[in-house]
Amino acid sequence: MAEFWTSYGWPTALTIVHSLVTIVVLLVFIAFVLLADRKIWAAVQMRRGPNVVGPFGLWQSFADLLKFFFKEFIIPAGSNKGLFVIAPIITAGLAISAWAVIPVAEGWAVADINVGILYVFAISSLEVYGVIIAGWASNSKYAFLSALRSAAQMVSYEVSIGFVIITVLLCAGSLNLTEIVLAQDRGLGLFGWYWLPLFPMFVIFFISLLAETNRPPFDLLEAESELVAGYMVEYSSTPYMLFMLGEYVAIILLCSLGTILFLGGWLPPAPFAPFTWIPGVIWFVLKVCALFFLVSMVKAFVPRYRYDQLMRLGWKVFLPISLAAVLVVAVVLRVWQHGI
Amino acid sequence: MTRFAQAAKSLLLLEFVSAFWLAMKYFVAPKATLNYPYEKGPLSPRFRGQHALRRYPNGEERCIACKLCEAICPAQAITIEAGPRRNDGTRRTTRYDIDMVKCIYCGFCQEACPVEAIVEGPNFEFATETREELYYDKARLLSNGDRWEREIAKNIELDSAYR
Repeated sequence: MAEFWTSYGWPTALTIVHSLVTIVVLLVFIAFVLLADRKIWAAVQMRRGPNVVGPFGLWQSFADLLKFFFKEFIIPAGSNKGLFVIAPIITAGLAISAWAVIPVAEGWAVADINVGILYVFAISSLEVYGVIIAGWASNSKYAFLSALRSAAQMVSYEVSIGFVIITVLLCAGSLNLTEIVLAQDRGLGLFGWYWLPLFPMFVIFFISLLAETNRPPFDLLEAESELVAGYMVEYSSTPYMLFMLGEYVAIILLCSLGTILFLGGWLPPAPFAPFTWIPGVIWFVLKVCALFFLVSMVKAFVPRYRYDQLMRLGWKVFLPISLAAVLVVAVVLRVWQHGI
Repeated sequence: MTRFAQAAKSLLLLEFVSAFWLAMKYFVAPKATLNYPYEKGPLSPRFRGQHALRRYPNGEERCIACKLCEAICPAQAITIEAGPRRNDGTRRTTRYDIDMVKCIYCGFCQEACPVEAIVEGPNFEFATETREELYYDKARLLSNGDRWEREIAKNIELDSAYR
């Protein structure tokens, strides 16, 4: 019995506790990220944004949460009720589950698995199911159109994100997210991270991130002028909140992925004294916030793409560039490491 | 050459960088929004807000129940019943109701009034939770008049030069 506890019981309990702590911290972080998004957007438009609930409107997201809980959940008569209820749970659940492998500091991942990056990639590909199921189960043409758009969009940009990730993997030589971060610790600080040598890939990753999470300027699936709220049009109350939550968790997930792949994860920007005193987790959060700030700013100043422009950018620009980059990086690495 | 320059421009995302700087300029610019419940914008003396029935300085109500406001009201929001007052027999309103839901705030009632009894004051924050609270009766209108008299008198004085 004692052996059972030492080899299975305690590690399992520890993992459960770690997961719960991760989820709670993540959701609280998301609450403030949502507020920050609204505040940044408002600031660019010279508005104040939410500022009434609590100091500077800090509790706005929690007030919204309460409001969502107390609203009535309407299930349309013509909908497929089971799938209609499951869809938001799939979206939010998958978005959160991808966080299991993200190392926020050295050894701080819930599961430090060897194929971490594949896991994240697989989970974020599955997220499209939540959207498609929601669009189909709603039995509404707007929701369905939006779901089709979203499916095509997410699949297209996943291809280029995949190739971008492959270039990073070639450089790092590992699929483990912790190893990828450690491979960027080359004693050069800021300039040793992969954003510099792989700068074009970083740009492609960032733009694909926007498309993958359906953020403006690629928010065609919920283009207010055409499809009202897109695939969420029939949703209300808590399920709607789950969609919003899933969306923002996915955005923060991809921001963290960008941080890990290109911005050196938890590494300090300079490898000497005052910077190394600050714990890695703070650097990680700062970098994620910086990336999110960019994501949020893009929403404020870039007009929405047309659907064919979106597809052209994905298939005719990003795909060839990222394919060529994989080839170039592979050749350069081979020549550098083994000679011609 | 132009094609090359264009390609370089779009590849380096130059337009996005300049747009980002422009957005950052607005980001730190002073806010154009009023912080409404704590900060309020200026109101014209002619502003037509919540109605009020005024009194003379000696406390006598101005309204003489001529029903001109009731007659001119395009939304037919005003209902008046008149009769001699019990103590001195002067003609007064026994009922003066304004349906604030029907009212279109055109200000014809205050234009029609020969004694400046019914006026639209500067108050616009009289939202209520129920519809019934917006059916104003005479007592409510007189109490509005008592509460807002200072502002109303000031506004009438300021606007008198243009009448």
